[in-house]
This record gives sequence, C-alpha cells and structure tokens, in this order.
Amino acid sequence: MSLSQEALTQLRVKANDVRQGIVRALEAAGSGHSAGSLDMADIFTALYGSVLRHDPNNIDWPDRDRLLLSCGHIAPVRYSAMANFGYFPVEELLTLRKFGSRLQGHPERVTLPSVETTSGPLGEGLAQGVGMALAAKLDSADWRVYVVTSDAEHQCGLHWEAMMTAGKFKLDNLMCIIDRNFIQIDGSTEDIMPLEPLGDKYRSFNWEVFEVDGHDMGAILETIEKAKLVKGKPTVIVANTIPGKGVSYMEGDYTWHGKPPNKEQAAVALAELQADRERILANV
Amino acid sequence: MSDVTMDGETLHLHGYTDTANVQQVPTRNGFGEGLVEAGLKNKNVLAICADLVESTRMEAFKKACPEQYIEIGVAEQLLVAMAGGLASAGKIPWIASYAMFNPGRSWEQVRTIMALNETNVKIAGAHAGVSVGPDGATHQAVEDIAIMRVIPHMTVVVPCDSIQTKKATLALSEMVGPVYLRFAREKSAIVTTEKTPFEIGKAQTFREGGDVAIVACGILVYNALMAAEELAKDGIQARVVNNHTVKPMDTAAIVAAARDCGAIVTVEEHQVHAGMGSRVAEIVAANHPVPIEFIGVQDRFGQSGDPVELIEHYGMGTTAIVAAAKKAVARKQ
Repeated sequence: MSLSQEALTQLRVKANDVRQGIVRALEAAGSGHSAGSLDMADIFTALYGSVLRHDPNNIDWPDRDRLLLSCGHIAPVRYSAMANFGYFPVEELLTLRKFGSRLQGHPERVTLPSVETTSGPLGEGLAQGVGMALAAKLDSADWRVYVVTSDAEHQCGLHWEAMMTAGKFKLDNLMCIIDRNFIQIDGSTEDIMPLEPLGDKYRSFNWEVFEVDGHDMGAILETIEKAKLVKGKPTVIVANTIPGKGVSYMEGDYTWHGKPPNKEQAAVALAELQADRERILANV
Repeated sequence: MSDVTMDGETLHLHGYTDTANVQQVPTRNGFGEGLVEAGLKNKNVLAICADLVESTRMEAFKKACPEQYIEIGVAEQLLVAMAGGLASAGKIPWIASYAMFNPGRSWEQVRTIMALNETNVKIAGAHAGVSVGPDGATHQAVEDIAIMRVIPHMTVVVPCDSIQTKKATLALSEMVGPVYLRFAREKSAIVTTEKTPFEIGKAQTFREGGDVAIVACGILVYNALMAAEELAKDGIQARVVNNHTVKPMDTAAIVAAARDCGAIVTVEEHQVHAGMGSRVAEIVAANHPVPIEFIGVQDRFGQSGDPVELIEHYGMGTTAIVAAAKKAVARKQ
C-alpha cells in the first residue's frame, strides 16, 4: 500500500498539528518532556493516521491494534496525536499534568483506557506487548501490537527479557519501534551506556530489523508495511530521530529531554512550526 | 472434638487435636490442584512459569492444560509484565515463582502493571517463610506480605493448609483483580476439610474463647490451635482466628476479637514489622485498643536448617505462642 502524494501531505500537516499541540500542552503544564515528544510526532501521526486498525469511538473494540507507549514520559506526543485523530478535543491537551485531568504526567490506562497500558517506569512496555501479542496468538486473532520504546530504555534488563521471549514465541504480530534520538536525561546514550550496534543485538535475538528516517513520512509508512509482511519473527524499526525535531533551539540538545518551553519559548516554537506548516502546504 | 460454628454455619474442621493422626500436606499442593481445576473450568486461565514448574506445583497444570501453559525462564519482572499484557487481552494468568523473587524481585512491576493498571493477574508466591529450610535466607521470603499489603487494589491471601489453598486458588481465579496468594514448601498440618467454607476477606473462628484471641495466618494456624489447647490446660480460653485474608482484612472479626477477648496475639511466618499482625494492630488501635503480642520473625533474616527447627528458633513454635498469650493476658487492665 503506498499513499498518494496528497495523502502524504495531509499526514505531514497532521504531524505539524501534533507538534503544535505538544508545545501548547507542555507550555500550559509548566513541566514535562519536550525533546522526545517532538521527535516522535511523525511516527505517531503515521500510526494513528494510517497504520493502526482503530476507532476512537469504539475504544474497546476487541480486534483493534494495540499501541503501547513504553517510554511514558513522552505522553504529550501520544495525547496530541490522539486528540488530533478524534479521541478527545484538542483543547483538552491544555489540561496536561493538571489536577483532575485524564492526561496524567505519565499515561494511566485506568483514567484514559485508550492508552492501553499505564507506563512511565522504563523498560516495561515491550514485555507487556509480548503478553498481548501472545494472547492474540492464543486466540487466533489478527490484531497487531505496536510498542514504541526509547533508545535509553534498552539499558533496562526487563526489555531484554522481553526481546528473548518475543523471539522464542516468534511473535510476528509484534512490532517494536525505537525512538533512536541518542539522548537521555544525563546526556548522550553512547556516553552513558553504549547501545551500538543496536540492530545487531536484535538480530541476534531472532528479530527482523529495519531502519528508517523517523521524520520521513513516506519512508516510515513504507518501512512499517514492509515489516508487517515478515512471518515467524518479531520486527523492530530503529527510527532515527532528531530530539526536539521542528523547534530549532531544541533540536539535538539533550537538555530539552525533560523540560517544557516557557511562554516566550513556546511562542517562538509555534511560529517556527506554523512556518513549517505553510512550507508543507506550499510544496503540494 | 466438637466442631465450631460461625454465623450459624459449621466449619467442619479436621480433628486437629488428635495430633498423631493429623495429615501433613504441603500448602503448595493445594495450589497445584486448584490451578488444574481452574484451568479446566476456564480456558482463559493460564499458568506462566519461571523455571520452577515442579516446585511451584504447576506441573499438573502443564500436563492437563498444555495449551494454557507458558514457560519463560528465570525472569520474574517479565513474569509480571507479560502477564499484565495477557490479562489486558482477557486472559487470567497465574504467575508462580518463589515469593522471594516474585513479588520480591518484581515489586515495581507489580505496583505499576498489576495494581495501578488494575490488571487481572494472580501471583502465586511459593516457598514463603523460613520453613523453606535448608535453602537459607536468600530464599526465605519473610517480607512479602509487607510489600504486598501496602499496594492499593491488591488482594493478599495466606491460606492455612493445603485444602484451603486449593479453595483460595479457585476463588481468586474467579474474582477480578490483582491478587497475591502466599504458600509454603514443607508439609504442614491439615486443619480444614473439603466441607470447610472459604470466602475471600472473611476471617474464620477456628476455636472459641474469651480470654485472648490468637489471630494467625498460613501454616502457623496449626501452631496457634495447639497453643490454645495448651492454654486451656492452664484455664485460659483462647479464641483462634484463621485470618487468611491479609488484605482486605476482616475488620469486623478483628474488632470483635479485641472487644470479646481484651488481648490479642498475632502469629505469622513473616517479619513482625509491617506484616499481617501490624495490620491487626492498625485496626485494633483505631477501633478498640487492647494489648497485642506479635509472633513472627523479629527483624532478622532466616538461615539454613530444618523447617521445624527454624520455626522454633525464630520464636514461632507452640511454646512461644503460649508464652505470648500469657503475657498478653497479663497486660490486660
């Protein structure tokens, strides 16, 4: 399946909407994680806008695909994507991290069931995804499980337990997408605990490995479609991303991992994003 | 012996005072039997094993329900997280390991994925307490009740014998919500029968008495009953409460014990700090303060040894319970 140029453009515009939602939500919250949220906007837009079998008006649909966000701290990107694809009003994004909000600092399934799992403690998403994928196999169901993880989460032992298990049970209905932005709170992932060669590690655990530019909408969709065709093995997509993507002063700067833009910074970010949006539309 | 009744219902206890004829069966056997029955009844009941199929008694389930059995190796954090995923998709996974490793090693996953996320995962904590014996302190969980009873939404059950463990396994399979079932390795006395009722959250008065209440859980309920018989010889009538559900605890039964007896001894194969007895103390302090003595491990680690020898060494034998009861009675105003 390849999308028309027009459909791709629409998704790129949506990704821009998602980024603007992230900036507004984080500014309103006064705390939260900017860099990873912004750099996963294209992937989440691809997932909600094209890849996932889902229905915002029927969140208990038994045959829906399950999307798990393992690195729960980048909740703003998920919330913004959900809002922009009909799960709740975009204005609700401004309640992020506030008392009484469904948009908890880290996602909670009990208050917002469509997030599928409660997450935030790192390294736990893939293991839950393995359980779900196995349940689908046991029930001969055809829904799929997508798990978004950060790169630094690969420092957690539990993630490797899950990698081994997915290989053992040949979970070809499970896809892991890694936000490979090379940053974590304390600095570069390669300084803190080197992960390379990351793809080879998965290969040796009997996974099929793909790599993609995490900001190229066409390539993201193509790669996911290719990965879905793999039989007898779980798949992983290493998505190379630029932390803070779309906001010039955040791009590549690890110090934006865990802080929000203030009012002035947000205004600059939104102006930049709006200019991007116009460029995307002008290129049609 | 004459059987006791509770709320007009007879408890059909085994003749435990006839010590020579008391059957000795490990509580873990009851888990194994209950699991098979639960699995045959409902194909969504799964057993996930972390390389301890024989010692956790999942072996019979593996044979009876092979399609519902999953082996994942020595990975207790995975055990909880994966079970959370399976439960989210409608399965009822029982996950078993030694209590020391699950929930001992997996506590944060238990809190986040089972409790905060409210998934229908059932933990079977095997080989709990010092009565594991020769394996030594590394394998003797005496803190597990504490770490589980502080988690919201969690149900914590510590049955008194093998028959009750089987009933608890079945009842916990049918209730919806995260669960911790704790049981032991060694043979222990059977005090209930197939006819003895079991209800999650409802403590059972196994012996009537008005001078002191001995509130016990797990395999030490038998020692509590033996201690009550000893006390009777000295004219002290002890009520013995099988307090099998540590969370949510039967507040009414505990308050009644305090009010009716005026003194309490708690008995558990666990640290006295933050265990079942501590919860009893919280309830008593808030509702009807009376003297309490705590039988259990006194802020120490276990060690290798013979199970009976260890129970005695750590002050959980019948003699220690008798002494504690006398002390509690003496402290009454």
